Amino acid sequence: MYTPHTDRDIEAMLRVIGVDSLDDLVRVPDAVALRHPVEVTPQLSEIEIAERFARHAARTTAGDYTSFLGAGAYRHYVPPVVGAIAMRGEFLTSYTPYQAEVSQGYLQAIYEWQTYIALLTGLDVANASVYDGATALAEGVIMAVNATGRKGVLVSNAVHPNYRAVLRTYAEGLELHVDELPYGGDGRTDLSSLEAALADQRYAAVVVQSPNFFGAVDALPAGVAGAIKATKTVVIGVVAEAMSLAALAAPASWGVEICVGEAQSFGNAIAYGGPHVGFIAATTAHLRRIPGRLVGKSVDTAGKTAYVLTLQAREQHIRREKATSNICTNQAHCALCATVYLAAMGKTGLRDCAALNVARSNELRDKVTALTGFAARFEGTPTFNEVVVRVPGRAAAVLATLEEKNILGGVDLGRFYPELEDCILMTATELTSSADVDRLVTALSEIPVRAAAGV
Amino acid sequence: MSDEMANVPAGLLYSKEHEWVKLDGDVATVGITDYAQSSLGDIVYVELPRVGAGLTQFGSIGVVESVKAVSDIFTPVGGEVVGINDGLENDPAAVNRDPYGDGWFYKVQLADVSQTGDLLTPEQYEQLIAAS
Amino acid sequence: MPLPAFDTPLIFDTGQDGRANCYLPAGPALDTLLPKDALRDDLPLPDNSELDVVRHFTRLSQKSFGIDTVFYPLGSCTMKYNPRINDAMANIPALRDVHPFAPDHAAQGALAVMWELERALASLFGMAAFSLNPAAGAHAELAALLIAKAYFKKKGEPQRNVVIVPDTAHGTNPASAAMVGFKVLSLKSDAHGRVDPDEMRKVVGPDTAVCMMTNPNTLGLFEPRIHEVSDVVHEAGGLMYYDGANANALMGNTRPGDMGFDLMHLNLHKTFTIPHGGGGAGAGPVGVAQHLLDFLPTPVVRAYDAGGKDVDASGWRESAELTFALDFERPDSIGPMRSFWSNFAHMVRALAYTYANGADGLTTVSKLAVLNANYIRASIRDVVDIPYDEINRHEFVASAQSLKRETGVRALDIGKALLDRGYHAPTVYFPLIVPECLMIEPTETESKETLDAFIADFRDIIATAKSDPEKVLETPVNTAVGRIDETRAARQPDLRWRPAAAKETG
Repeated sequence: MYTPHTDRDIEAMLRVIGVDSLDDLVRVPDAVALRHPVEVTPQLSEIEIAERFARHAARTTAGDYTSFLGAGAYRHYVPPVVGAIAMRGEFLTSYTPYQAEVSQGYLQAIYEWQTYIALLTGLDVANASVYDGATALAEGVIMAVNATGRKGVLVSNAVHPNYRAVLRTYAEGLELHVDELPYGGDGRTDLSSLEAALADQRYAAVVVQSPNFFGAVDALPAGVAGAIKATKTVVIGVVAEAMSLAALAAPASWGVEICVGEAQSFGNAIAYGGPHVGFIAATTAHLRRIPGRLVGKSVDTAGKTAYVLTLQAREQHIRREKATSNICTNQAHCALCATVYLAAMGKTGLRDCAALNVARSNELRDKVTALTGFAARFEGTPTFNEVVVRVPGRAAAVLATLEEKNILGGVDLGRFYPELEDCILMTATELTSSADVDRLVTALSEIPVRAAAGV
Repeated sequence: MSDEMANVPAGLLYSKEHEWVKLDGDVATVGITDYAQSSLGDIVYVELPRVGAGLTQFGSIGVVESVKAVSDIFTPVGGEVVGINDGLENDPAAVNRDPYGDGWFYKVQLADVSQTGDLLTPEQYEQLIAAS
Repeated sequence: MPLPAFDTPLIFDTGQDGRANCYLPAGPALDTLLPKDALRDDLPLPDNSELDVVRHFTRLSQKSFGIDTVFYPLGSCTMKYNPRINDAMANIPALRDVHPFAPDHAAQGALAVMWELERALASLFGMAAFSLNPAAGAHAELAALLIAKAYFKKKGEPQRNVVIVPDTAHGTNPASAAMVGFKVLSLKSDAHGRVDPDEMRKVVGPDTAVCMMTNPNTLGLFEPRIHEVSDVVHEAGGLMYYDGANANALMGNTRPGDMGFDLMHLNLHKTFTIPHGGGGAGAGPVGVAQHLLDFLPTPVVRAYDAGGKDVDASGWRESAELTFALDFERPDSIGPMRSFWSNFAHMVRALAYTYANGADGLTTVSKLAVLNANYIRASIRDVVDIPYDEINRHEFVASAQSLKRETGVRALDIGKALLDRGYHAPTVYFPLIVPECLMIEPTETESKETLDAFIADFRDIIATAKSDPEKVLETPVNTAVGRIDETRAARQPDLRWRPAAAKETG
């Protein structure tokens, strides 16, 4: 209980109000009175709360395993400075900065976040963040639909399966139809059918992800973006692993007009899936269609630099049913964590971090695929920090065996792609050591190839 | 609301939704009235139809944004859009400054000239805003 | 409460290339690892020392208000104290670092947190079940309307596409309706600020899909005939949706489920003390009655007892003996609303808060929230208009209409004057039906002393407005900046820093 009222306070306040009891204030008609009592936990002291969560933590054993999980949520080093700043009460406990005069600090921090995302993606503008990568994709598609007036969208099926699933959820409401481009033998989007698909101009956007769900660098080859735009179709690029932006060609440089993605990797915990932080960046041409909040720089009455939420007429609280989106909250605090992280890491730290991700995952790939019976599913395709490994037998069985040896070996791709049920998506980051990789390799080498293949 | 009387120039036609229409043969130029711009306050953005778009009379075809409000533009005339005021993109303030001049919105090739019979004369429009 | 007025340069205008912090070992050269055409040319970001980073952001924090520094009587937002135990629990490494693709057997504690919270919410609000999937209140509204759409489609009534929304509703309601292709019908509230069941009867019909309401409504008034409204909507074949933005007013005293609501959402960042964090991340569980269970977003947490028996339909109970699984195989589900399962760190916080209160505590929370709001109303009603001057719930609406007529001082100006005195402003100009509206919600965590000080300052501002209006109109003066030119911000959007060389062309 966090209520400061003494009995004397309550009595005095009731007198001012002119009622006799607290119950008089909250009385409801019999028709809506409680039909049965509320069953909730008994009230606990802080000591008991901590004990209860210690038990929940003890039953959450994932941290005891050596993990090669990634697939849209990434384990990266977070310098303690991020948490120290983020826990300052002015950041943690403030409301959305509508009262700009008393929110200058937070507004400036968000303006800095917008700048970081714009610089990293190479695009003109970025918003103050959205819920996560998948919803960023859905919102990006809505932007393209509004820009073109078309109700179709063509999505690479190497885009994160969860993102595509969320897009389908949204599409049901918006009555959009979603078609897919297959992935090819090299693990990149197969663009051979693209020209024909674009011919009748029914798509609002073409969506590709790089690095894609298989970890493969999947930027559109030169000329393709131009051909897409020539049919007045919007090029949307998805980035599910923001760390890759520090190394790979900026999405704008290969033709992306709307870049959507997930920035959890920048200083935010994995936390069983949330909160994470989605971003949307775009060319100036799409500025008025960007959903959510935007911070702009202006001046106060004395001419002093001042930051303020701007272009609010796009937003739900003013436009109501004409709004570009119903979003009210952004992920301000997660975006703040990302901004502090980016500031602390700097160009040098980010470059090193990205390079270590590539190096460690290459090491993982080379050592694992050297084992008999294991191979890179998409041999020779450049990857960022994930690799698809073909294993002897079903991936699910191999992963179960690894779990017995305290290893979470990666994600079973059969879960999303039935034809890849013998494939595991394995991830290595700067936190993956050579010793971790060696443990994995030893465990895999102990799997009898014949037994695994027989499952 | 400004206490001064809003400017309602003669020679134009008006709609109940506070748009003005200037006829030049079968091409109509459309904008919003002085009364409308002063009610909306500082206008920051005008979303216009595309050239070539077909408009239905009195349909909602765009929006005017002020800092904290959005209003629909209900086109007072139907037909094909043959020109838009590109200058508003960089200078939306023109609508506040000169609603009947630099602040015009778009030009329509009228599908049917008789539709202007549904619009108000300057006198009728003055009565409308005096009553509100 | 003066805020530091010193300028803080943008992080991009500080630092020196190569001034790196030693967080990581040096990485190999990228062009030895990947083909050159896959790499970016440059990374135009600043390198700053950790001290400079800490100083930069600490200074920024000093130019912002938070609940930790000031009282926020911000209507509709439930800005109550955020207990620190919540954050401590969310930061337990085992819970903070668990990966969403970890196998269920390695995430039993995390699933237990979700299940216990879900059961508690269902019992507290009278729903058959909640999904913790949506990321925020507006997101949950969207989920709820997608559920309604799927339900009517399955029922063979796809023509139901009208959402009825009272004119007091939150702006998100119509925006959410538009995202599922529903049309919005706005219903005028009666002279007492309430929805009249007889008026509802006139607008429902075979096209009615959902009626979206909150209770108490956004005027802070309880809708005493809500069950009659529900009956009218149900008889017409529609669904009732409860906007949980105002749930802090009724926890433990009455339940949306008992009022006839079929769908609802909660803003855990309001009622369950998740920090607002400057505008997110929030969390917005969506709740449904029995007949809508199959349509909930995926995944759903399932619970089994020692004998393997499904215990999902039980009330809250201690989870130590149960085992849990994520269920993705739900053919009638609307599908997932977001990348992963929930804003889990916030579920930890909300459950910690639930533990700290229990059923009795949550009931008391509501009563004291209502007490605090009525106390302020009763203490300022002689100096400001109170358009609906009666016992309100957790918030109430005042109006500066008379004051504006007499002095030229508007609701906005009162808000700005309050900033100068170390309070956040109330919500102004919402709900839309009250002119010069000030919406005040103190929450239960504020002491009588804090309220008394606020009341004194509020009264003093009104007195000043009457004696010397200019003095109020020129506020705030104690803040980092004065009133801001919002027209310029919107007409010439400057939404990012650009490198000096690019500024000319950018």
